[in-house]
Amino acid sequence: MKQPSRILLGLFCLLVAVWLVAPTIVVVPMSFNDKKSLAFPPSGFSWQWYQNFFTNPEWSASLVGSLKVAVVTAVFATVIGTLAAFGLDRMKSRVSGVLRALLITPMVVPGVVLAVGIYAVYLDTQLVGTMTGFVLAHTMLAVPFVIIAVSASLEVFDKRLETAAASLGATRLTAFRTVTFPLIVPGILSGLLFAFVTSFDEIIVALFITSPYLKTLPVQIFSSITRDADPTVAAVGTLLFITTSLVIGAGLLIGSRQGKR
Amino acid sequence: MTAGATDSRTAVPAVVADDRRRWFRGQAFWLVAPALLLLVVCLGLPLAIVTLRSFSEPQWGLQNYAWFFGAPVNLTVLQRTFAISAWVTLVCLIAGYPYAYLMTAVGPKMRLILILCVLVPFWVSGVVRTLAWVILLQDSGVINSVIRAAGLGPVKLIRTQTGVVIGMAQVLLPFMILPLYSVMKTIDLRLMQAARSLGASPARAFAQVYLPLSLPGVYAGAIIVFILALGFYITPALLGGPRSTMLSTLIQNQVLSLLNWGRGGAMGVVLLIATFVLLALAAPLTRQPHKTGSRR
Repeated sequence: MKQPSRILLGLFCLLVAVWLVAPTIVVVPMSFNDKKSLAFPPSGFSWQWYQNFFTNPEWSASLVGSLKVAVVTAVFATVIGTLAAFGLDRMKSRVSGVLRALLITPMVVPGVVLAVGIYAVYLDTQLVGTMTGFVLAHTMLAVPFVIIAVSASLEVFDKRLETAAASLGATRLTAFRTVTFPLIVPGILSGLLFAFVTSFDEIIVALFITSPYLKTLPVQIFSSITRDADPTVAAVGTLLFITTSLVIGAGLLIGSRQGKR
Repeated sequence: MTAGATDSRTAVPAVVADDRRRWFRGQAFWLVAPALLLLVVCLGLPLAIVTLRSFSEPQWGLQNYAWFFGAPVNLTVLQRTFAISAWVTLVCLIAGYPYAYLMTAVGPKMRLILILCVLVPFWVSGVVRTLAWVILLQDSGVINSVIRAAGLGPVKLIRTQTGVVIGMAQVLLPFMILPLYSVMKTIDLRLMQAARSLGASPARAFAQVYLPLSLPGVYAGAIIVFILALGFYITPALLGGPRSTMLSTLIQNQVLSLLNWGRGGAMGVVLLIATFVLLALAAPLTRQPHKTGSRR
């Protein structure tokens, strides 16, 4: 490609990158605002919104609620999704194609329609605002991500390795434990992470099935945004950004240490 | 005779493999069963109830659908939902196509940076991101400060359709870039050089060689962005005004505020049908001639 068009392309993509990243960054200065306002730029510096996040029971309770739901969801979704990915891998391709499409549907069903339906079911079964209710709905939403992640690592997994293990006398369980499992662990772990994030970030279903007794963080953020301009939300956003950056940074570091596949 | 020799060589492992596969197949279903059960209980049942209520409340019949398609307000919202989704898809395509291309054309370090920029939006909760857009788009916000500094009048962005499209497109852009990239990285760039050496202008080489090869990615990205946009709720609810209401907000309003499950259900069914019809129509377009491992 010629130089000028290359530069033009670079500038355009820089603009796109800024557009992608800016909303993530902009909450950081807002979180140190000294006034209860979301006007930009902030007028002064203070830590009060962080203090508010950790001391206000409304915020801390929703954080604890979210963490509980997300951890339990991640565990269930990872187990169910990994089993399903294995099953699909071992089926006739036509059957597995249909089942795979079916199992991925939660990703495309419009959130509000699903939330309305789940709300209707939960009203009848007294699951509104319960841990069970949240975990059931979130697990259903998270399983597709686990299936995709684990399937991707099964796709590159060489099945002859299992046969080789079997030919050397390993039982199927031993072959799985010592050969298959260690090789697909990265897929399972990324599935676990995706499931956790899916639940931790889920808002639409949560808005419908929430109750004063069990509220998740996104619901608390949403009601805070719709109620007034509270910079505590920006503080939460900043904390989430820092936490995820650390997790992903650690992941990249471990990944590069193990070397590229 | 060579053919016979090959046959007898492959025959034995084939039988073993087939036997092994059949042995697995019975079990394979049970491995998928928990996921299917969860799907039936938490997805099938809720959607069935929504559909049922759209016909049965307050009494049996098509009254809710007659109401939906009879009221101009609803049709305006339906039309707007499709229009906004189309705009979002277009914006994502225009921004995502060159970006995905650049990802395939740079070195590994630069590529990692570009991928990180795509993934960063996923790091922060979707609700927080929407709040960020409120901060950026509001009348006293960052974008308007820049516009004013440039000597232009303030532009109304928040509570407008433009604001909703800008915010939604940013949220959905990764869903456009990732499929585009996964297709583009399989395109052999030497094909472009070949076209050039045969006398094609850069534009023609792009239009006749590169673009057709990248189309499966375009279709895949466009359809997923469009479908996700149709069902968007949070971003339009927070960034939009009464004149940029989308279907999801109407559904939520019918069910939670007016407690009218029938009408809410009918709107939900319309949205569901639109989603699945689009998916079915687009499925053949996204199929790639050769299989590529979909990396995420």
